[in-house]
Amino acid sequence: MTTVAHELKASYAFIERNFFLTRRYWGWELAFLVYSVAGALSISLIGADQGSPRLLLTLMVGAIFWNYLSVVFGWIAETIEIERWEGTLEYTMMAPIRRSTHLLGSVLYAMAFGLVHTAAILVVLFLFFPNMDLSQANFATVGLFMLLGSFSIVGLGILAAILPLLYVERGAQMAWVLQSLILLVSGVYYSVDVLPGWMRAISALSPATYVLDGVRRGLIDGAPVTTLLGEVWPLVVMGIVLIPAGLWAFGQAERYAKRTGKLKRVG
Amino acid sequence: MTATLDPQLKTTRRASDDRPAAARPARPAATKPALLIEHVTKRFTVGRKRKPVAAITDVSLRLERGEIHGVLGANGSGKSTLIRLVSGLLTLDEGRVEVFGHDIERDEMAVKRLINRVSVDAAFFKKLSPMENLVFAARLYGLDARAAKPQAIAILERLGIAQKRVGRPVEQMSRGMQQKVAIARALLTSPSLLLLDEPTTGLDPRSKLDVQSFIEEVRNSHDATIVLTTHDLAEAERLCSRISILNDGRVVAEDTPEGLKQLVATRYGEAPTLESAFMTWTGRSLDDDVEEDQSGGDE
Repeated sequence: MTTVAHELKASYAFIERNFFLTRRYWGWELAFLVYSVAGALSISLIGADQGSPRLLLTLMVGAIFWNYLSVVFGWIAETIEIERWEGTLEYTMMAPIRRSTHLLGSVLYAMAFGLVHTAAILVVLFLFFPNMDLSQANFATVGLFMLLGSFSIVGLGILAAILPLLYVERGAQMAWVLQSLILLVSGVYYSVDVLPGWMRAISALSPATYVLDGVRRGLIDGAPVTTLLGEVWPLVVMGIVLIPAGLWAFGQAERYAKRTGKLKRVG
Repeated sequence: MTATLDPQLKTTRRASDDRPAAARPARPAATKPALLIEHVTKRFTVGRKRKPVAAITDVSLRLERGEIHGVLGANGSGKSTLIRLVSGLLTLDEGRVEVFGHDIERDEMAVKRLINRVSVDAAFFKKLSPMENLVFAARLYGLDARAAKPQAIAILERLGIAQKRVGRPVEQMSRGMQQKVAIARALLTSPSLLLLDEPTTGLDPRSKLDVQSFIEEVRNSHDATIVLTTHDLAEAERLCSRISILNDGRVVAEDTPEGLKQLVATRYGEAPTLESAFMTWTGRSLDDDVEEDQSGGDE
């Protein structure tokens, strides 16, 4: 029990540190928020321009929930890159904590930050489109898909965080490319049905595909979870598989970095 | 410069050590060496031909508890690699390392609780304050943040950093002050084995003297064993009870500073100084070393 308490305290260290970093880099965070709000509004206005409330909601859901998923993915994927940039990676790797503790702290902060960030965008969109009709919305469905999707995205984020461990110079860029590919194949702003066959096959492997589909059907059509089990089970499986797989792969990558001296590099 | 630590420091050190048993360092066994390095070899694969290059070859060292052991060597001789191997930041290709009887590969977590390291570049989250950085480190080592704060302030004040500076971003501090904060971070966790990798390189004479005095205090009052790599031969002579000279990843000489001076005089007919010893066993002059420093040599 004391070991668990120690590990939880250490996890909190990462949450607190990331909060301090956000506070110190508030100018960048504000700029990023403005950019995200402007992006979400621009995309949503395409729906307004077409005079289609359904298209408007479809695009809004894409903009809002892609923002959440990408913020969570980004924070976790940058777990190593931030420390490499600051030069603190070796000190964190020397600390007497489990790697899962390290990653848990990063994940919890990423999810909290993602929720706050997304809530801010949501408020602006509601103010901009006050006549939006959500009378049919099933918020329980939306919440469940957000929760399940978070687990899967966390697993993918941990896998992406490995890249800067393995590729000192280009790891961060590779994580960015991975995030872009998830955006492309997951039907964020369009139905995956318009994708070529081979891309549709890849979209079936992206958790974001199921999250966005489930959220849209819950929010726009008011569909209960019981009618969306076909979208639920892939997310459950992905969460169960991706998080342990991410932790295992992270351990292997750390060992590789220690064997080849790649923890040392800075910047 | 006082000869002993502020009494508050000693008190807060004990008071803050309220970590659960799992997080608290096991009391080092009195009979075990503080650090035992046996026949350690580390190679890196470099270049397009993927040719392995030995950074450390068959190095063996034994440090007793309370000792300050100096490691001298030219750039690229393997000093930092040796420190990283003991820190668990590199895996061993051959040989074994024990810290107070704990094998660094089999009992990694126990070893991590016993050691800390200060490197030549003070690595921090530069936008955060010294206190925020130190509290982060304290939490990682299982210390209570409320108890760690006064302890951190006491250590920083002892090193000449006023309390009013601990809330400002690290990036606003001079290099010397940053290095002192790095030393405070290491001390805060009360390591039984402290690895100092060129801690005074690049510091002005006053800061260097502050840090050297503090290292002596730590040895005297904190029951710490210290490995110190340095290019400063006067520093090594002042602080170290024993010195190893590394050349091309091998230990080519090891003795007390006095023993090395006598050896180089009697065996090679050189002047009985550490500088003569360094040049004799590394096969290069200090000027060569400075030139390599300026060209950005890394080890």
